[in-house]
Amino acid sequence: MDVQVSFTLNGKMVSAAAGSATLLVDLLRNRFGLTGTHVGCDTSQCGACVVHVDGASVKSCTMLAAQIDGCAVDTIEGLSGNGELHPLQQAFHEHHALQCGFCTPGMIMSAADLLKRNPRPSELEVRDWLEGNMCRCTGYHNIVKAVRAAAGVMGEEGS
Amino acid sequence: MSGGMGIGAAAPRSEDRRFITGRGRYVDDINLRSQQYAWFVRSPHPHAEVRSIDAGQALEMPGVTAVLTGADLEADEVGSLPVAWGITSVDGSPAVEPGFPALADGRVRYVGNPVAVVIAETRAAARDAAEAVNVHYEELDSVSSAAAAMEEGAPQIHEAAEGNLCFNWEWLPSAMAPDAKANTEKALKEAAHVVSLELVNNRLVPNAMEPRASLADFNPATGQLTLYTTSQNPHVNRLLLCTATLKMPEHKVRVVAPDVGGGFGSKIYHYAEELVVCWASRRLGVPVKWTAERSESFLGDAQGRDHLTRVELALDAEARFTALRVDTIANLGSYVSTFGAAVPTVFYGPLLAGVYKTPNIYATVKGVFTNTTPTDAYRGAGRPEACYLIERVVDEAAAQLGMDPAEIRRRNFIQPDEFPYQSPVGQLYDSGEFEGCLDLAMEINGYAGFDERRKQSEARGRLRGRGMSFYIEACGAAPSQAAGQLGARAGLYEVATVRVHPTGAVQVMTGTHSHGQSHETTFAQIVSDRLGVDFANVEIVHGDTGEVPFGMGTYASRSLAVGGSALVKALDKVVEKGRKIAAHLLEAAAGDIEFSDGQFRVAGTDRQVAFGDVALAAYVPHNYPLQELEPGLEETSFFDPENFTFPSGCYICEVEVDTETGVVEIRDFVAADDFGNIINPMVVEGQVHGGLAQGIGQALMEHCRYTPEGQLLTGSYMDYCMPRADDLPSFKVATRCTPTPFNPLGAKGCGEAGAIGAPPAVMNAVLDALRPLGVKHIDMPATPNAVWWAIEAARSGE
Amino acid sequence: MREFDYYRAGSVRDAAKRLAASGNAMLLAGGMTLLPALKMRLNEPSELIDLGGIDELKGVKLSRKGAHIGATTTHVEVAGNVELRAAIPVISQAAESIGDPQVRNRGTLGGSVANNDPAADYPAVALGLGATIITNKRKISADSFFVGLFETALGTGEMVTEVLFPLPQRAGYAKFPNPATRYALVGVCVAQFKSGVRVAVTGAGPSVYRLEDFEEALEGDFSSDALDGLSVSAANLNDDMHASAEYRAHLVGVMARRAVAMALD
Ligand SMILES: Cc1cc2nc3c(=O)[nH]c(=O)nc-3n(C[C@H](O)[C@H](O)[C@H](O)COP(=O)(O)OP(=O)(O)OC[C@H]3O[C@@H](n4cnc5c(N)ncnc54)[C@H](O)[C@@H]3O)c2cc1C
Ligand code: FES
Ligand code: FES
Repeated sequence: MDVQVSFTLNGKMVSAAAGSATLLVDLLRNRFGLTGTHVGCDTSQCGACVVHVDGASVKSCTMLAAQIDGCAVDTIEGLSGNGELHPLQQAFHEHHALQCGFCTPGMIMSAADLLKRNPRPSELEVRDWLEGNMCRCTGYHNIVKAVRAAAGVMGEEGS
Repeated sequence: MSGGMGIGAAAPRSEDRRFITGRGRYVDDINLRSQQYAWFVRSPHPHAEVRSIDAGQALEMPGVTAVLTGADLEADEVGSLPVAWGITSVDGSPAVEPGFPALADGRVRYVGNPVAVVIAETRAAARDAAEAVNVHYEELDSVSSAAAAMEEGAPQIHEAAEGNLCFNWEWLPSAMAPDAKANTEKALKEAAHVVSLELVNNRLVPNAMEPRASLADFNPATGQLTLYTTSQNPHVNRLLLCTATLKMPEHKVRVVAPDVGGGFGSKIYHYAEELVVCWASRRLGVPVKWTAERSESFLGDAQGRDHLTRVELALDAEARFTALRVDTIANLGSYVSTFGAAVPTVFYGPLLAGVYKTPNIYATVKGVFTNTTPTDAYRGAGRPEACYLIERVVDEAAAQLGMDPAEIRRRNFIQPDEFPYQSPVGQLYDSGEFEGCLDLAMEINGYAGFDERRKQSEARGRLRGRGMSFYIEACGAAPSQAAGQLGARAGLYEVATVRVHPTGAVQVMTGTHSHGQSHETTFAQIVSDRLGVDFANVEIVHGDTGEVPFGMGTYASRSLAVGGSALVKALDKVVEKGRKIAAHLLEAAAGDIEFSDGQFRVAGTDRQVAFGDVALAAYVPHNYPLQELEPGLEETSFFDPENFTFPSGCYICEVEVDTETGVVEIRDFVAADDFGNIINPMVVEGQVHGGLAQGIGQALMEHCRYTPEGQLLTGSYMDYCMPRADDLPSFKVATRCTPTPFNPLGAKGCGEAGAIGAPPAVMNAVLDALRPLGVKHIDMPATPNAVWWAIEAARSGE
Repeated sequence: MREFDYYRAGSVRDAAKRLAASGNAMLLAGGMTLLPALKMRLNEPSELIDLGGIDELKGVKLSRKGAHIGATTTHVEVAGNVELRAAIPVISQAAESIGDPQVRNRGTLGGSVANNDPAADYPAVALGLGATIITNKRKISADSFFVGLFETALGTGEMVTEVLFPLPQRAGYAKFPNPATRYALVGVCVAQFKSGVRVAVTGAGPSVYRLEDFEEALEGDFSSDALDGLSVSAANLNDDMHASAEYRAHLVGVMARRAVAMALD
């Protein structure tokens, strides 16, 4: 069964037909060519696929394309407006918070949700929040640093 | 001129932009017109005869193009997966290398062993059809642990390997050191103290976050095969495809490893899946794509470690080490993977001296087949196993003798004036200042304040422990001749081409591959530094056999030490040629031309010509010494080092244990490393952090487990404990530098350090915390369950 | 995942009708359990009935009876509800301890209790507080709702619409997370009511269950010390590579003590 969905994708209205069993991540990657959203596991644990649906971070590998009819979906590709990097992207770059880059889009999208809810997180709060985002390269040290730098709380005692 | 981005600068990475904006290009991001999808039918049994494969129903399903099996492979004369390193047993016989067919040849030997492949128009169709392929298995007895596989009456996995023994190896071999064994035994007998341990080095799953993927595109019109694959070394994959399996000439095969999402060793090897998609594409004339699901990665990616070791350390009355004897059983899994036999032998035995002046060392290693996924190099490969046993037994000795762990190490260190140091296990160490690193680590840790911290922890109901470790490793594989003598079946040099364009922009084609290591930045820093070209004007090309002349790829921290050195050599050639061109332009003798900051200058004058103008002259040779020099400015260098490099470092870890629950928390982690010269300190720190996370993961969380029969128990992140952000502390890292004399950069390599040094530091800390309760031993990983049991056992006096 | 019919229900009645009509339809709430299961092909429903668009199933309301939480209220909504946190903090704490932020953004209370995973958090709180599970057909006490491994009292065509948690005098939930999944390796919810004390355990057995001897001990003296000397038998407890049955039994005691301490805090 095909399902027709219309939704806002990175600020633009789009529509598409998708098989009922199509996952959001596959719709984004295969139908819209947005390959910045990755798949790192098949058990909903790694967070490589995190995007925002109606402003909240979700695992796009654990949502059906059919479920996003009428929603707003934002992906890593839409995060930097007019070529200007989002503060998190800038901080990830400056603090070497990525190595192979595979976890990075999900990591940044997840962190962006955190900073919306908690603009000045402590180190512990950042680490707790990132529970659903695995990185095998960085040991998280610089990721935590970058998220806090983006929040403007670097150097403050927070933990 | 280098824009402040020369050697030593903490330059933010040029590769970042595409990754942080979602524009990276990984294999699964690539799609070709009319591509089809492969799905593998894998054995659900650890050991079975394949009686029949019935694909009738699958072939009738919609969208299915083909179902291929081992018989088809054989009919097409596709070779079995090769072993790239041969090992010789004590008795002089070669290790048993049973064939490893990409699709089973009538017998399956591990869960996940590919049996057939379905090619279909969509991934879902291929998967559906794979479920409909009817394989008739006749199950056989099976075994997953190496110790059990060696027992009398254990199931036989390969006919050629009696008792499941692949090799029985000794180090040094008696041919090289006739007295090593006897001297070691004698020293053990005469020692004032002998400390012995039995240690398990737990099996691990590498778990690069990007699952492996391959997309093969055979063009029937040109006979050209292009393979996009998740590889750390595309030239090695091409070499093995061309020489061993597909047997096509190199010029007809292009292997591209685009952006690759981490490797840690697991993407070095020539795997069944990449071979099968290439072969299927050639057979069917359409592009064929395969992307692993994570559960397939758990079954199919080569795994790491899995050693069982007995170690004995002999000490004299002054606590000086007099001998070390090591007996190891290494679990190779069901087949010999590409470097599977080399990892527990030649990457292990030669490192058993550690940083100490132990005069007598003798080791044996038995490589054993089991019904498990094959093991191979995983971050550190052999060296973490060596370091773990040395540092555990040294710490145990300190505990038994009531000595400070720092003091016993100091007493046995190789001293700075003893380099180059010839170790009794065959390595010539380049340089090091071990006490310097130790002092640095102790200072950062606040060593003297530990007792106070311990009291504070106690007040909060926690036991605090501190552990130390010291590692040394051999990086930068390798001198080809030495490797050849040790059984390598390929060379281990590295290659770089420097192409200077007419505008002075520079491209470097390197045979190493960056899948997180940041070559696009650090190699550009080297170019910028040496040529005085703006960092932004340098591009590093890697991962494409169509663009890069040759190379052996990235593993064993060899990229900078070997690949970076090849780059320096090629740059030297560019400068040499530029000097001649400049001499002509400046009407001076080449010998009088100096080069610095991007300017060729007549010595002692202000007459100079910029590097960019020299490049232009080389391509527009109107005023040019055409009689002596060819136009153009492009140079290639093959660099084969004279030795390995030997990074070393001291790690200190402090933990708190909640004895009620067994939970271990890391309270402090200090790494003081000596990597020789450093190109980009920010990148180096990142490498250390990542290694530490994996090392701590091994010590406290990660364990790939099977049932005794060989069913994988940890087949997903639901069971395999991956370290997450809230499992780890922030790290304190620092470096000291003793440059290596063995390469022109003086750089040693930093990729594996953390994964090598961290496990013993953590375990020594855990034991330090628990010794007051009477706990004497605990194996990795020190999970809450394991720690609680160890405490219970000690309490009940077991 | 295999194809199915996808239906977005507009109301509880609509969903219930649809569910009753098809033998092989399943309800889709947050999808955090169902979708991974479908990906693994553990289930192959003919139809998914999405509850996501049903407003009447969402939200937290407080009354004298306690907290009424709609079935599709997400974990993050529960954790973030200020009034609920003031009234019955243990529910918020449990919701907050579930999975990771992305799971909490999607996963729902109804899905969690209906699924009755042996290691899930909400079942412990529901049983510990003696909640009432309200369905489109009836009200079921938590004591009879959680039947066994992934098994509840829900009949065919029946769906959870709301859970009513009564107000305890005090309560605490202590969770020892599984190091891999982060579900409860052992979780204990302790709640004190005028009528008595309830202790519910998740993660340790095939399904959430109550610990009567702990309840009795705490009824006399609601303090951690009251549990000294009580031990839990390892017989019939889960035994796996993350935790042996004995270790789990031990953890039940530790977590119960910690839950009491949290309740008293
Ligand atoms: C990575 C990860 C980590 C997690 N960690 C935890 C954890 O630590 N603790 C924990 O408790 N849980 C955990 N979960 C599970 C999570 O809480 C789920 O959200 C929850 O168990 C199911 O809720 P759902 O809304 O997602 O239900 P769904 O997945 O949509 O449905 C689950 C089942 O319930 C049925 N169902 C759904 N709603 C109703 C209803 N109203 N009436 C009747 N039946 C219904 C469905 O048909 C299905 O069978 C985790 C999940 C993931 C993916
Ligand atoms: S791909 Fe791993 S959580 Fe979505
Ligand atoms: S940067 Fe490679 S997994 Fe995070």
